Amino acid sequence: MIIDIFHILRDNWTLLLIGQYPNGPLGGLAITLILSVAGLLLAFPVSVLLALGRVSPLAILRAPAIAIIYTVRGVPLVMFIFWVYFFVPLLIGTTISGFTTMLVTVVIYEAAYLAEVIRAGIEGLPKGQVEASRALGMSYLQTMFKIVLPQALYNMLPAMISQFVSTIKETSLGYVISVNELTFAANQINSTLLTKPFPVFVMLALIYFVLCSLLTQFARWLERRIARRRSGGPRVATAAVSDNAAAAITAA
Amino acid sequence: MSTKLDFSVLLREDYPRLIIEGIITMLQLTGYAWILAMAIGVLLALLRMTRNRWAERAVALFVEYHQNVPMLVQIFLWYFGVPTLLPDSVQLWFNQRHSEFLFAIIAVGLCMSAYISESLRSGIRAIPGSQMEAARALGLSYLKASRMVILPQALRIALPTLVSHTVLLFKNTSLAMVIGVAELTYATREIESQSFHTIETYLLTTVIYLGISLLIMAGGAMLENRYRIKTR
Repeated sequence: MIIDIFHILRDNWTLLLIGQYPNGPLGGLAITLILSVAGLLLAFPVSVLLALGRVSPLAILRAPAIAIIYTVRGVPLVMFIFWVYFFVPLLIGTTISGFTTMLVTVVIYEAAYLAEVIRAGIEGLPKGQVEASRALGMSYLQTMFKIVLPQALYNMLPAMISQFVSTIKETSLGYVISVNELTFAANQINSTLLTKPFPVFVMLALIYFVLCSLLTQFARWLERRIARRRSGGPRVATAAVSDNAAAAITAA
Repeated sequence: MSTKLDFSVLLREDYPRLIIEGIITMLQLTGYAWILAMAIGVLLALLRMTRNRWAERAVALFVEYHQNVPMLVQIFLWYFGVPTLLPDSVQLWFNQRHSEFLFAIIAVGLCMSAYISESLRSGIRAIPGSQMEAARALGLSYLKASRMVILPQALRIALPTLVSHTVLLFKNTSLAMVIGVAELTYATREIESQSFHTIETYLLTTVIYLGISLLIMAGGAMLENRYRIKTR
């Protein structure tokens, strides 16, 4: 079986890696990664706004943010893919490619999940941070953008990398609307070979496994490092602004 | 798009039957997969607690695999790949018994068992070791101390993540559509392609999914409130 996997990899590695590119559209792992990176980057600003709305003292900002987050958390990703697939073309009047459909879906979906991650980061900060900043005369927005968010986002870096892993896994659903990504490419190989479904899908699983578990390990390493710095262990010479703020408060 | 929404469309033909059967299949899938995930999840968490190095490594690998490979790929592997390894007679047995439904349960259940074992483990790890020492010093056996002192506290800590994993499991049953399990998402696509009333069909299904997810979340919040240990 291992030999089968090697043979399949040897014969199809370009298809898995970049699809039919240069002779055709880009596909395979390249599209999976482009979708995940672009999806997460575009989702990030939206998620910061959602998180700020979620923790806002104003109900008029809080209510819609909560509604959006709960809707996304309560409905399967496949349903969102179909909504985008059918309704974005109706809204803008032209058809959109499978890639764009998937990108829009990933942005909507990840924005809500990232918002919860960022909210956890905001709520995980000691209350004294906000109180001290307000006492120093900063406005609510200044406090948020200069004191709370920089620390919350930094502390939540590992969780964001985990979210990136989730995004990579979610792009596999592009298969359902024939986006030419990794899972789709493997299915193409499977339907040409016909007799080797087990090796093909084991190989596919292994590719995802290697990619995602490396990222997960990286997230864990980062988490330990951040925890060490936060717990006041050996400080790195280039202490971040947030560290200074924390030190100022403990000194006061 | 300009026409008004007409939900009565969904009462035509045999659409109501399709929807109701879809909901039933979805709930069955969720229920069976949840039981499987819980059973294996508890087993894995216990295995990891034994401090046997090989058991720990095996469980860690199982968890890593299931958390780092998309569930869709796991479903494909189970449905298309695994049967080819089985003897013909077993394959026949599966095919006569809706193999797609059985393999969907196995794939979803195993994948979520990894998540559940992790949340149980972090619940157990959150209990200070002195609790166990105190319980043992009071004369409780290891099993009794686990059951009466450690687990009741660990489960309370793990409850929020267990609930969100249950919601995740419920949502992920929609993936069984790709191997032809006639659950709600599958039924929705059928109805949409026959009736062309896209908005009505998808709106109904989305509301059903959202409603059940919110019910699970609300149930979890209720349990949390009920079993919270009151401090001071």
